[in-house]
Amino acid sequence: MSEQGIEHHDYDVLILGSGGSGLRAAIAAAEAGARTGLVCKSLLGKAHTVMAEGGLAASLGNVAPEDGWSTHFQDTMFGGKYLNNWRMAELHAKEAPDRARELEHWGAVFDRTPERTMSQRAFGGHTYKRLVHIGDRTGLEMIRTLHDRTVHSNVEVFMETTVTRLIKDGDRVVGCFGYRRQTGELISFSAKALVLATGGSGRIYKITSNSQDCTGDGYALAYEAGAQLVDMEFVQFHPTGMVYPPGVAGLLVTEAVRGEGGILRNANGERFMERYDPKRMELSTRDVVARSIYTEVKEGRGTPHGGAYLDVSHLDSDYVKRKLPSMYDQFLELAGVDITKEPMQVGPTCHYFMGGVKVDPDTGVSRVPGLFATGEASGGMNGANRLGGNSLGDLLVFGRRAGEGAAATANASGPVTLPPEAVADAQAEIEGFLHGSGNENPFHMHRELQKIMGDGVGIFRDEEGLSEAIGKLEELDARVANLRAPSDRLDYNPGLQLCREVKNMLTVSHMIARGALLREESRGAHSRLDHTGYSDYWGEHNIIVEGTSTQEMSLTPTPVVKRDELEALVEARKEAEKAS
Amino acid sequence: MSETIDLAHAPGPRKLQIWRGDLTSGELVEYELETEPGMVVLDAVLEIQRSQAPDLAVRWNCKAAKCGSCSAEVNGRPRLMCKTRLDHLPADEPITVEPMRAFPLIRDLVTDVSWNYRVNKQITPFTPRESLKPGVEVNEKGEFLIDQADTDRMSEFRKCIECFMCQDVCHILRDHRLHDRYYGPRFMMRMASLDMHPLDGVDRLDQIADEGGIGLCNITKCCTEVCPEGIHITDNAIIPMKERVVDQRHDPLLKLLHRTPNKGRRKPPPRTETPTL
Amino acid sequence: MTTVATPPRRLGATMRRDRWWVQPVLVVTSLTLFGVYTIIHAIVSNYYAITAGGAHLQSPMFSPDLPGIIQFHTSLPWAFLVLWAPLGLRSTCYYYRKSYYRSFFLAPPSCAVAGAARRKYTGETKFPLVLNNMHRVFFYFAVIVIGFLWYDAIRGLFYHGSFGIGVGNAIMFVNVFCLSAFTFGCNSWRHLIGGKLNCFSCTPAAQTRHNAWKRVSILNGRHMQWAWISMFTVWGTDLYIWLVSSGAFSDPHHVF
Repeated sequence: MSEQGIEHHDYDVLILGSGGSGLRAAIAAAEAGARTGLVCKSLLGKAHTVMAEGGLAASLGNVAPEDGWSTHFQDTMFGGKYLNNWRMAELHAKEAPDRARELEHWGAVFDRTPERTMSQRAFGGHTYKRLVHIGDRTGLEMIRTLHDRTVHSNVEVFMETTVTRLIKDGDRVVGCFGYRRQTGELISFSAKALVLATGGSGRIYKITSNSQDCTGDGYALAYEAGAQLVDMEFVQFHPTGMVYPPGVAGLLVTEAVRGEGGILRNANGERFMERYDPKRMELSTRDVVARSIYTEVKEGRGTPHGGAYLDVSHLDSDYVKRKLPSMYDQFLELAGVDITKEPMQVGPTCHYFMGGVKVDPDTGVSRVPGLFATGEASGGMNGANRLGGNSLGDLLVFGRRAGEGAAATANASGPVTLPPEAVADAQAEIEGFLHGSGNENPFHMHRELQKIMGDGVGIFRDEEGLSEAIGKLEELDARVANLRAPSDRLDYNPGLQLCREVKNMLTVSHMIARGALLREESRGAHSRLDHTGYSDYWGEHNIIVEGTSTQEMSLTPTPVVKRDELEALVEARKEAEKAS
Repeated sequence: MSETIDLAHAPGPRKLQIWRGDLTSGELVEYELETEPGMVVLDAVLEIQRSQAPDLAVRWNCKAAKCGSCSAEVNGRPRLMCKTRLDHLPADEPITVEPMRAFPLIRDLVTDVSWNYRVNKQITPFTPRESLKPGVEVNEKGEFLIDQADTDRMSEFRKCIECFMCQDVCHILRDHRLHDRYYGPRFMMRMASLDMHPLDGVDRLDQIADEGGIGLCNITKCCTEVCPEGIHITDNAIIPMKERVVDQRHDPLLKLLHRTPNKGRRKPPPRTETPTL
Repeated sequence: MTTVATPPRRLGATMRRDRWWVQPVLVVTSLTLFGVYTIIHAIVSNYYAITAGGAHLQSPMFSPDLPGIIQFHTSLPWAFLVLWAPLGLRSTCYYYRKSYYRSFFLAPPSCAVAGAARRKYTGETKFPLVLNNMHRVFFYFAVIVIGFLWYDAIRGLFYHGSFGIGVGNAIMFVNVFCLSAFTFGCNSWRHLIGGKLNCFSCTPAAQTRHNAWKRVSILNGRHMQWAWISMFTVWGTDLYIWLVSSGAFSDPHHVF
């Protein structure tokens, strides 16, 4: 306890977020000898990673022996439309197999091949069968394994604790500030290195597959702390979310449904992917399938509830129940549809943020000393579009690297202290949410924000819609200072929680809308109706976002980070694509 | 625990009685709201939170029955609120929503489930046997060789989303409050999944029987009845573990033959803490 | 918004609205009636076999046929000398334990329904309930009894040495089939046959046991149903034989 009576803790490395990347980073930091703390908004093991269904992409070559890291690298680059950070794609492709094996040594249980090795399944955009999986709950398996490893790794965990500010001393991040959700008690942390593993921000859209926690906290905290972000305009809309009933609209229907042989049809019964990607059909990349479904619906060939039919009823019903048990359950329970007999109705849903904090690929450090980022909170690995299965690999590969990077920084650093004025400032913000003079209801503002983003910054974008959206976001900027929780009680106050989250989401929305306006082309997950083709210029440039407030947000096109030794692989893939 | 199913029930106004209060006092408070097709209890609770009771405390996260956060007692039965459709509940009476009873209340629908995490910390994690046979149990790349049959048996337990409803409904914890003597179905199952791992090298039976307290379980199967993942907790995890304990401690025939189970497995490090509520 | 008071927690307290008490009531009634009936018939120990017309249809409650096989004659109720095995199997059976803990011990009477107040709950850790761990021992003996029951059923097909078939034969075969399905779906058996293995695939013997385990698991999945069905078939078979042998009516059969 410090003098002001605020609970305080000191660590070498502090991790924010308990999803796959946060847990992996915590394990790595603790193994490197750092005193490690982990802060998460929810209970341990509830993070959005549990929602990952399909699998973890790693070129083990168990099913397709010809597979190797170079093909995986090429697939990732092609999927990302060559905007990926080459080094990140390389590290990911090279290290994912080791991370998968390591997970197994920590007790994870995956489906097997007849040769008793880890089985691998096909997924969109992957040349070979590559995804290590267990049924359709691979994310849960991963989180449980990492969760158990973490609690036995001498990591101290702060559950249901929300961080509202990063605290800097000069140029350097030295800790953070927040409150315990269960009691509303304030809490501060000092740390020699801090890792953001806060995931994405799907909650800025109404139709999303994301958990309640996915409110872009890491993006906003890093931005305010002076970090750069990259590729924020690329928001992946997963092609298949549930569309009915309304309460579950957006709920994910795993790509494994298509991987296992699911067929997409429109209301006329046509297998429409023949028109959009006759070669890969249903297993085309996510951006293509999402746009195809959207177009079919827009042109009047949608299902009664405004989606496309996704059908697995031609497959053996026992096989479906064994390979896709939670999908079977989900549809039966929530929609009253038996997927072994009837088709599902699906439509695009906001799923993943390719963009994020720009970090050093090898260590995960951001531009701000002491501040690291990993997983979905970091950007660059996935370029303009992420391949299914690459996020779980990403979490492990870069989670470990960020944890080790942070531990190395911490080991080389002397003790840090929190400047009292920064703590007072952070405290005042929370005080304002509870007892301020404002009267903006965070629940209502969240809905408004979701509407703005859904209307203007959705799957298809144009200048008019984006400009209008930015105008409306600026109106919200003016009101955000007046956010106040409808109730001023401290314990488990959902309004208090949402106040800061809405602020974060607003910042993230600005980044997306402005990036989308600047990028005058269509590439990967970013589709402009007024600029439908690829642009040579933009094909070589990422957009870097920086600033400290939404008013002074600057966006700068920056050349893609390449690597000479990988040039031949990338060129070979580009040639191959042209030839076909 | 089947409930009257009224699929044809049209959306319309419904009444919910939600438990409001903390450890000191509380009561059921009735709210009325308009419903829409396919609405689940969590939708209704969040709508009430948004429009009528902004300080209503409720824990939720994925709203897809995958994270196990929104456990509560709906019409007296433990259920995931996100997986319970309003139109599957009797239409002619209010729906009651209460917090889980086996854990200390924080406020409204939120309980303090941290005891479960303390129990989990007492369980030695998966530790591979020291010498794995090359080519039989591990390949040249260091990858485990395990059969799908073994995977299937373990993975049933690994479907667990830790909603803790099995813990809530278990009368040993719920009625008798023996949190310091019984780990509960969730962790019996966790230990079963570890014990049945072909390559695990830890002898867990003493812990299962002593600190774990498996003998307190009288297999009344309520854990199995409430499991939202449909895991056969009692038949596939607890009873097999009871039988393994019988192998080790009770079976007169095995004693006579000097047959001891778990050959080649190491005793785990001693545990220092007894998790208490 | 209006407020509603919550009920206090006492035996039977629950917010469930369904008729949760129906099941415990049915269990108590049927188990009590079966127990009383069995004890009475075992004590009077008469009319336990149909022997008219060269038949030999032995009641399953009086098998093995000690007076017939080893010339064991006593005026005491000898049926208890064989009944302990099947009754022991049932009273230590995991399914029956669930049933009586719920219905008789009210621990708990039903899920999410408050149970009977106890000063100290010890589950199955103390005498006598710790003896339930001897389930497999009763299983071994019960298997022997099942052997005799099959022998009885087959022997019943011969009337003075000639092959014949009748209603009594059919009842005996249905009964022994159901009893076998119950006995070989036993959780202890499931453990012994393969469940105790940590690796189902590591040796050829383990693979064979895994296959057997899968079959036993199918039976075990319906253990509750078989427990009730076989209890009623035993009851029915015994009653049929009691009535026929006491002369209430005769067993319709045809001898070839």
